Amino acid sequence: MSEVLALTGRQMTHLRRTPEKIISVSLTPIAMVVILGYLFASVISVKGGEYHDYVMAGVFAQVGLACVGATALGVASDLRAGLTDRFRSMPISRASVLFAYTVADLVTAAAAMGAVAGIGLLVGWRIHGGFFEAVAGFALLLGFTYAMLWLGVLIGLAMRNMEAINGVTALALVLFSFLSNSFMPLRGLPGWLRAVAEWNPVSSVAEACRVLWGNAPASAGASLPVRHPELASVLTLGVLLAVVVPLALRAFRSAAAR
Amino acid sequence: MEFAIQAEGLKKRFGDHEVLAGVDLSVPPGTVLGLLGPNGAGKTTTVRTLATLLAPDAGRATVAGYDVVRRPREVRRRIGLAGQYAAVDELLTGRENLVLIGRLMGLGRRGAQTRAEELLDGFGLQHAAGRPSKTYSGGMRRRLDLAACLVASPQVLFLDEPTTGLDPASRITLWQQVREQIARGVTVLLTTQYLEEADFLADRITVFGSGRVIAEGTADELKRKVGDERLEISVERSESLDAAAAALGRAVSEAPVVDRETRRVAVRLVDGIGGVARAAAELERSGVPVTDFAVRRPSLDEVFLQLTGTGAQTKESGDE
Ligand SMILES: Nc1ncnc2c1ncn2[C@@H]1O[C@H](COP(=O)(O)OP(=O)(O)OP(=O)(O)O)[C@@H](O)[C@H]1O
Ligand SMILES: [Mg+2]
Repeated sequence: MSEVLALTGRQMTHLRRTPEKIISVSLTPIAMVVILGYLFASVISVKGGEYHDYVMAGVFAQVGLACVGATALGVASDLRAGLTDRFRSMPISRASVLFAYTVADLVTAAAAMGAVAGIGLLVGWRIHGGFFEAVAGFALLLGFTYAMLWLGVLIGLAMRNMEAINGVTALALVLFSFLSNSFMPLRGLPGWLRAVAEWNPVSSVAEACRVLWGNAPASAGASLPVRHPELASVLTLGVLLAVVVPLALRAFRSAAAR
Repeated sequence: MEFAIQAEGLKKRFGDHEVLAGVDLSVPPGTVLGLLGPNGAGKTTTVRTLATLLAPDAGRATVAGYDVVRRPREVRRRIGLAGQYAAVDELLTGRENLVLIGRLMGLGRRGAQTRAEELLDGFGLQHAAGRPSKTYSGGMRRRLDLAACLVASPQVLFLDEPTTGLDPASRITLWQQVREQIARGVTVLLTTQYLEEADFLADRITVFGSGRVIAEGTADELKRKVGDERLEISVERSESLDAAAAALGRAVSEAPVVDRETRRVAVRLVDGIGGVARAAAELERSGVPVTDFAVRRPSLDEVFLQLTGTGAQTKESGDE
């Protein structure tokens, strides 16, 4: 436990000394708020609500997606600096080293979501539900982000190369947020693509948040993720964590500096 | 515990490249083993295996009495590792780096702080302790790195090229710090490209060539393997070379080797100081003006080049 505290403390010192990290993970989402929620809001309309309300949940989820790359880069730079070797040569548990990355980056993500929320409020976004629904929505978003952070840890350990990590995670950010209902209802998609997009955790998390916050009426559809988005979110994220965490621990055990 | 570090038949391959082809090592407690070898010989791989970072494909190794594969945690409690590239957290200050390691090694917050101050003093880093370590020079980083692996006072220290890239003054400072550890009874495995360093720090030296041990012994033993002491003289004018060679020949009854370009004559010394005395007397009698008169032993560099050079040759002839 004291290991986790010490290592998380290290990460928090990093964050204090390079707060740019918060900006780097909120940049794309903020651009989305401005472009979609402000510029496009007048030309795009969604049934039963305002477009600037509709997009916000998906934009918050983008913060989580952006954290994949940020976390992976942090992990890879420790590998490159030889710090991972140092930690691995010490009598501390593997899990605590990796856990510390995810705790600290969750703080980064929360701060970035705060910034995104601020911009959202400026363009007119409002939460229409009650207090507990509002909190539940953010809790779900943080849960989603937390799963993404472990994915980032795994990618950082497995790929090592900074440029490659940048490329892959930037692509994943675009793919996962556009292949979801973040910015558009999925009605128009062909059947198979629609199924993929519905099962994309970004979709179920965004859908659940929109409903909780009264930002859009629930989507119509027969599949499980559409009827029970909270359940689908917990399910997909649980499966993701169950796969990614052991893989990351394994990768850490054999991680080589170069 | 007979040996602080012991390895038997360590093998490791990466893809189809056999990096360790059966390495045997044994280092008695409180001694220093220098690991020499050309680039890519497998020194770092050996260190990483012994420091529990890399699992060997075959063979076994114990460090401080514990098997590196089966009891890695016990090994990790007792070792310090300074890798080939200084592993410091660039965003943390020197002090924070050391405190972090101390806390991770279970010294507690207080204990870690006290230990950090001790090491900062000992390594002459106190003046820069509050600066992020990315502002440190290469030498300071190295010192911080070495300090970091001493935080928990390890029994066994692995140093992978600890002074590469340092200026002579920083190198000597670092050597002194390593010597202090040795005086405390710490066992050290040191890899290096500098033969001087091995000569100065190591009790015994192991020479690596393409993943195996090609020579082992004390610095003196290795030097003796390559050749005996030589007497070398230089003369002022090349006309006197023959006279000088004749004089040396009379003195030591060995055929001298004459190098006309550098105006030097060398002869093998078989009976030590007696030969030196006779050679001096003969030269004096022949009246040759001598500018330099010196007894030379083969340097560790020559040993190294000869050992690894022949290693490479046999490998080439094997390929044909
Ligand atoms: N993780 C790895 N994957 C593939 N090959 C590797 C890996 N680590 C080392 N090697 C290869 O193993 C060989 C030995 O490497 P090693 O680092 O042990 O050599 P070294 O003796 O320390 O060399 P140097 O003096 O350059 O530091 C090299 O050819 C290197 O390319
Ligand atoms: Mg090396």
